Formats: sequence, structure tokens, C-alpha cells
Amino acid sequence: MPLLKDGAEIENVFVYLDGEAELKADQAVTLPLARFLAESGTLAGRNVPVGVRLVPEDDVGLLAPFLEWIQLVEISFPKYTDGRGYSQAQLLRRRHGYRGELRAVGHVLRDQIFYMNRSGFDAYETARADLPSVLEALNEFRDAYQPAADGRVPVFRQRNGN
Amino acid sequence: MYRYDEFDARLVKDRVDQFRGQVNRRLSGELLEDEFKPLRLQNGVYLQLHAYMLRVAIPYGQLNGAKLRGLAEVARDYDRGYGHFTTRQNIQYNWVALKDIPDVLEKLAGVELHAIQTSGNCIRNVTSDHFAGAAFDELMDPRPWCEIIRQWSTFHPEFAFLPRKFKIAVTAAEHDRAAIAVHDIGLRILKRGDVVGFEVHVGGGQGRTPHLAALVKDFVPEAELLDYLEAIMRVYNRYGRRDNKYKARIKILVNELGTEEFTAQVDAEYAAQKGHEKIDLPQAEIDRINAYFAPPAFDADTGSETFEAAKAADPAFAEWAEVNLHKHKQAGHASVTVSLKPIGGAAGDATDAQMLVVADLAERYGYDDIRVSHAQNLVLPHVPVKHLYAIWQALDAAGIATANESLITDLIVCPGLDYCNLANARSIPVGQALQKVFADPKYQREIGRLHINISGCINACGHHHVGHIGILGVDRKGEEFYQISLGGRADEKAAIGDIAGPALKGEDVPQAVKRIVDTYMALRTSPDELFIDTLARTGAEPFKEAVYATA
Repeated sequence: MPLLKDGAEIENVFVYLDGEAELKADQAVTLPLARFLAESGTLAGRNVPVGVRLVPEDDVGLLAPFLEWIQLVEISFPKYTDGRGYSQAQLLRRRHGYRGELRAVGHVLRDQIFYMNRSGFDAYETARADLPSVLEALNEFRDAYQPAADGRVPVFRQRNGN
Repeated sequence: MYRYDEFDARLVKDRVDQFRGQVNRRLSGELLEDEFKPLRLQNGVYLQLHAYMLRVAIPYGQLNGAKLRGLAEVARDYDRGYGHFTTRQNIQYNWVALKDIPDVLEKLAGVELHAIQTSGNCIRNVTSDHFAGAAFDELMDPRPWCEIIRQWSTFHPEFAFLPRKFKIAVTAAEHDRAAIAVHDIGLRILKRGDVVGFEVHVGGGQGRTPHLAALVKDFVPEAELLDYLEAIMRVYNRYGRRDNKYKARIKILVNELGTEEFTAQVDAEYAAQKGHEKIDLPQAEIDRINAYFAPPAFDADTGSETFEAAKAADPAFAEWAEVNLHKHKQAGHASVTVSLKPIGGAAGDATDAQMLVVADLAERYGYDDIRVSHAQNLVLPHVPVKHLYAIWQALDAAGIATANESLITDLIVCPGLDYCNLANARSIPVGQALQKVFADPKYQREIGRLHINISGCINACGHHHVGHIGILGVDRKGEEFYQISLGGRADEKAAIGDIAGPALKGEDVPQAVKRIVDTYMALRTSPDELFIDTLARTGAEPFKEAVYATA
């Protein structure tokens, strides 16, 4: 599935390990939250990148102690209509100060990507949208009424000169 | 009235361009209907029984001549010469072609209107008191805060895919004309000393499981309002139920957690907000928006003698003036209700020609201000009484001078099975049949204030739960039946009506309601005791008996 980040299609080096599948020494992996938390002690010492994949029910606050060294957080959208991932993203970025890659995976549609970007995502794994279309989607609105994780200066500040 | 600046205009323009692209991708087949659906829904485009329906937002019901003229032209040029005003203070067009919708939205953008977030599981059009800025009983004008909330909620990136739709209403008057108790969030503006703040009610709603909103906070200072709203929205977005569409509204979350626990969760989220997360709306922005809502320069020569003389000379005008005027805060002025409930019409419908008449009258006599009420009427909020006779004559000629504001024929009626693909039963013909029973203007005035609300299905767009008499259409093996409820109200004494008993056949509804009214007339202690007060005093029993009594 194409992975888009920073205006380009990039290669996905991470492998998602579900359940009990074995960790290989030289493999970058993303793990479900529960497994990540259970094995965080040994994972911290690995010299290949480690990421976490969240499902909508997950409490992102549990990741707070690890955000300095996690390289990737994937937030999954089982259905595009499930908007919990937007709150997870805003919390990770704004409350917990996560600075690594934040990737939307699952049912990611071109026309949700603008909101995802504003909520703090910077990478999108999407089956349906191609790169030019995604780039267009990111710039469909030039202004924003409210502050969000993307750091745009909201209209009410622009109006009042700060 | 608020006017767009360059930023507002650009956002709406960007939206029109975006939607034009989406429609093109749909028409070319690049987007499947399933993928197009969430996009059109966030733009107020529904696929109805016969055609696409377009719902246009009228933020807090605020129009002026130019906006209403724009809406009239859309009705004339892209629909069949009609628009339907809704209980969300919006307007719907039932016969617009999908390919034309981008052009319609572009045209409406020219008069500073849009269809953003008029559907979908997002924050919908903010509603308010249709007499805002004019009513004698308001603490202050609630519209500036409606506008602030409108801007904050427009394209909010975190809250575009909530568990379910989300409705906010704001009032600042003693008498609640915004029905805040049946909104997801209801805000009442009040003051503590010099500080403006909000009483915050959460979890009201109608539909399948009606609830009155719970008081969650008795005072949130205005400087903290948007941050507090963000906390509520985030708790809802994260924990609202998504497993069952009928349990997904915030009322269910509040009810399942209990008010105390829900409030504790919101407070915890609010307390966790860090400094840089705060919206911190500058006072200069609050002042900037307030300035748009400064009262008009009221005419000092109010000419109340001419008004009195006209009433004395023309009894039909006097009757209308007795019923359809609302007390204004400014001497020599009144607020006028333009009834869209002619006997035998479809509630809330207006023709393009009628809209143009109202637009002209507002510009000529009414400081260019027009509102849509949640009861599906139009309002000229500020009118010097010396112009009332001329206004009435023009309205009468256009067929929109029915003297029935808040009377028994001023029905709230959803589109029902005549248009809506959710409906189980027709609403419009039931309303029309009822109106015929009570058509006599004198009889209506004798009955006094009585709200009948009709919904064609359990989703309750016709607000049947909060009608003094509520009528709900249900389907029984392919046949339309109607359930009657008693004692609902949407004002500051909000209550959900109680179901009277088994549903009736449509043809039996008018006479059942007539028997309810006869019972009331017999039981009331004086003509000043309203139906709803008699019902509260006697209890529902005599009225329930009346519903099922056979002649």
C-alpha cells in the first residue's frame, strides 16, 4: 500500500507484528500497544526502530513515558467514520509532545487527509489516493479558524495581528 | 449582522472549489457513492426519496435582504420555486440536481451563505433565539457568541467524525426560545458581576431516546468557553458510543456515565489542557465580532398613533397585530413573525416570490434584518410600529400574513414521507388536516398558545417530544399510524411529552386533537390559563380519556 510523507512516496521499512509473532533482530517493527507496553523494557535497548500501532480504543496517555525514543506511532482507522484517531493524534502531539512520525493507517481516504494533517499526522498509508491528489488535498484550505496540532496560525490571530 | 472578512470569504470559496472537485470526481466515477457520501454529507447534500436534497446553513437563523434574495433565486433557478425552512433555522431544497450544486454554493457564497456541516457527524449549525438582539427579556445579544462558536466549529479537524451529529444552541433571554434543553450542548448566557459567562447544559436531545440536558457547569467565564467546549467534545469523541447509531448521541454517554461522572471527565480533560493548547481568543477578536451586532440606529419617530389608527380601521390587521408581534426592547418597535403556516400549506415552505417580498420589506422597513425561527417561520426582528400596516398589507398580498404565531395552527412539521427517506409516515397531510379543524382565527385565539409538533418518524425532526401536543408517525405493517403525546415543552420549563396511549389512524388524529382541545377549554380556570398549564394542574388523565373517547 502506498505510503506518503513530506510530499513524496516513501518506502515502508516497518513491519507490523500482530499477536505473538517473533521479533527479528534486524527488523524495524510496529507492535500493538499492549505488547509494546509489556515488552518496553527490552524494546528500548534495540538498535533498530520501534513503533506502536494504536487502535481507536487505546489510551495514548500510556505511551507518554516512551515518546522520546519511539520512532513511529501508527494510528489506525478501521473505518473512516471512526474519528477517535484525530483526538489521539492531537493528544500525542499537543499534550504529550510527540515529535516522531505519526502515520495514519487503515481506511484512509484522500478527503480525510486535510483534517489528519491538521491533527498532527505527517504520513498516510492509503490504498486509493495517489500522491498528486493527496498534495492537493493538503492545501485545499488556506486558512483555519482554530489552533490545532499543525501549528497553523488561526484566523483570529491573523486578524488581530499576532 | 456579521459580515465576512477576507478570511471567511476565502474559507467558503475554498470549500466551494473543493466540493466542485468532489462532485466532478463523483460524476466521472472516480469516487464511488460510498466514498462520496461522507463528503456530500458534510456539505448538506442528502440523497432523498426522489432526488438529492441540499440543506443550506443559516447560522443562528440570521439573514438580511441580500441573503434571502439569494435563497429565493436558488429556489427559482435550481429548484421548483420553493424552499423549506427547518427547525434548525436552515433552509432545504428538495429538487436540486447534483451537477448544479457547486454553482448553487458558489452563488450563495456571494451572499455569505454556505452549506458547511449542515449534515454529517459533526458540529452542526449553531441555533439561537430568533428574537436575539430585539427581545425585551434578554440579558444581552447571544449572536456574537453564536458567531464565535460557528467559526471555532467550522472545519474543526478533530471533530469532523464524531460518533453522531452534534447540535449547540445559545440563549440569553429569560424565556428560552432556543430550546437549549434538547440540544447536545445548550448554553445560557449570564453574568456574575461584570463577567459574562455560560451555564452549560449537556446531553439533551430528541429522537428515539429523548433526554433533557443535564446541567454540567453553572458558570464558565466567556474567556474559557471555547476551551471548555473542546474538553466536552474530546470526551465525547473518545468515549461516545460508536457501536450503535441509536446510542451514539452524547445524551447516551451522559446518561450511561451519570452527570457527575461525565462532568468529572470533562473537568479532568479541561484541567489537563496545557497553556499552549488553550485557544485563548483575544479580547480584540471578541470585541471585533461584538461590533457587528451593534443595534441598528433605531428610528426615533416611531409613529405609534398611525399604528393605533390602522388597527382601529382594519380589524384583520388588528387581529394579526395581536397575534404575530413580539415585544421589542426599543420603544415604538416590534418584532414581526411572518407565518409560513397558512392553513392547508406545508409548514416552513416559502416560494421564491414570498422570500423576495420579505427581503424587500426588511430592506425598506426593518433595518435589513431577517431571522428564521426554529418554529419554521420568518421574523422581521426590528420594525418601527408605524410601518406595520404597510408590512401586513404586503405580507397579506403574498399569502404570508396568517395570524397564528404560537397558536394551534402554527405547527412544527417535518417533511415526512412525502420527501424523506427516513420517514415512516407522512407528516404534511396530517398537519394540513389538523389546521382545517382549527382554521377559524377567532377559535384559535380563544384556545390561545398551544404548540403541536409533528414528526414522521422516531428521529423527531418535527420535535414531537417537546410539543404541548406531539404527534409521531409510525409504520404498522405498511399502514401509517400516529402516536399522540402530551405535555412536552421546549422552553425554560422543558419537558418530554408522555405518550397518551395506542397509536391512532391518520384519519382519526384531527378529531382526537379536537377532543383534547375541547377538554382543555372545559377544564381551564380562565382564558389566561394556557393548555400546558391546565394539563400540568389536572394531570394527563382527562386528556388521555379524550383521545380515545368515541363520539
